[in-house]
Amino acid sequence: MSDPTTTEVPSNAPTGDYTAYLLGLADDALIYAHRLGEWLTRAPQIEEDMALGNVGLDLLGQARSLLTRAGELEGAGRDEDDLAYLRDEREFRNVHLVEQPRGDFGHEMARMLWFASYQHELYSALLDSTDQVLAAVAAKAIKEVAYHRDHAGQWVVRLGDGTEVSHDRMQAGLAAVAPYVAELGDDDRASVAAAEAGVGILPSALVEGTAAHVRAVVAQATLSMPDEPRWRSRGGREGVHSEAMGYLLAEMQHIHRSHPGATW
Amino acid sequence: MTDAGPSTSRDNWPLWEVFVRAKRGLSHVHSGSLHAPDATLALRNARDLYTRRQEGVSIWVIRSEDITASSPDERDSFFDPAGDKVYRHASFYEVPEDVEYL
Repeated sequence: MSDPTTTEVPSNAPTGDYTAYLLGLADDALIYAHRLGEWLTRAPQIEEDMALGNVGLDLLGQARSLLTRAGELEGAGRDEDDLAYLRDEREFRNVHLVEQPRGDFGHEMARMLWFASYQHELYSALLDSTDQVLAAVAAKAIKEVAYHRDHAGQWVVRLGDGTEVSHDRMQAGLAAVAPYVAELGDDDRASVAAAEAGVGILPSALVEGTAAHVRAVVAQATLSMPDEPRWRSRGGREGVHSEAMGYLLAEMQHIHRSHPGATW
Repeated sequence: MTDAGPSTSRDNWPLWEVFVRAKRGLSHVHSGSLHAPDATLALRNARDLYTRRQEGVSIWVIRSEDITASSPDERDSFFDPAGDKVYRHASFYEVPEDVEYL
C-alpha cells in the first residue's frame, strides 16, 4: 500500500464528506468484526470458531486502514484508536445490520452472506477510486471478502438444503436480517459527495449486484427470499442507531477508556 | 474435488487429516487433523486452521477413517529387517551442491 502520509486525496474531494464516507465503511467493518468476535467459543465446532474469528480479523484489518485514512483526512490528529474507542454512539456511521445482537448460527450466516456480498460489490467498485489509499485498501480487501461471501454461502446452502429443522432456521435467519438489508443501499449525503468526486461509489449502485448473489445462493439452498419486510432500518449513516449499539460500544470501548494508553 | 458425502451425525462431525504443500516442488506434508461435516468444508476449515500464516499453496484433506495405517504391533516385522541393509542407502553417490530437496 502506498504511504498514506504522502498520498494526497484528489483535490476535488470534499474533505469533510469524504472523511464521513470513509468512517461509514470503517465502522461497518469494525462493528461487524466485534460481533463476529463474540462467536469465539460459541460456534457449533471449534473449527468454525476459528473461521469466524478469521473473518472478524480480516474486517478489523480493513477497519484499521480505513480509520487511519479518515483520521488523516480529518486533520484533527486522531488515529485509529482514537476513532475506534473514543467516539460516542452518535458519531458512529455503521449500518444497523452489523450492530444487531448475535442470533443463532443460521442468522449469522444470513447476515454474513448479505454483508459480504455487499462488501464484495463495494470493494470491486472502489478499485477505481481516485483516492489511491482507498483503492489499495479495496485491492487487499476484495480477496478477503470473496472468501467471507463463499464461507457464508457454503453454510446457507448446507443449512437450507439440510434437514427440515436446519432449513426452517436458515429461512428464519434470512427473514430476521431482511429489514436491515435496504439500508445498505441508502445514498446518504457523504456517499453522494464521495461518489460525485470519484473517490467513492453510490450505495444504490451496489444493490443489484449484491442482491443477485444472495438470490443465487438462496435458490441453490432450496430457500426462498423473504417477503418484503413491513419495516426497515435507516439512519445508521447519520449516527442514529438501535438499542444494541450502546451496549456494544460499552463492551468494545471500556478497556481503552478505563486505561487510556494501556499497552501489552 | 470429491465429496465424501454429508455427515448424518449431528454431534460429531467426522475427522479429516490435512496435508499442506508449503510451496511448489515440495510434497504435501501432514499438518494435523480437524472436524468437518463434508470434504468441501474440511478444505475450508483446513485453510483457516493451517494456512492462516501463509504456510501453504495447496491443501489435501482425507477422511481419517479412509487411511489404512500400519500397526505398532507389526513394527518388528515391518521395519526392523531393513536395519542392516546399508547397501540400500544412496550414500555411495556424490550429490551436486546445487541440487535441493534430495
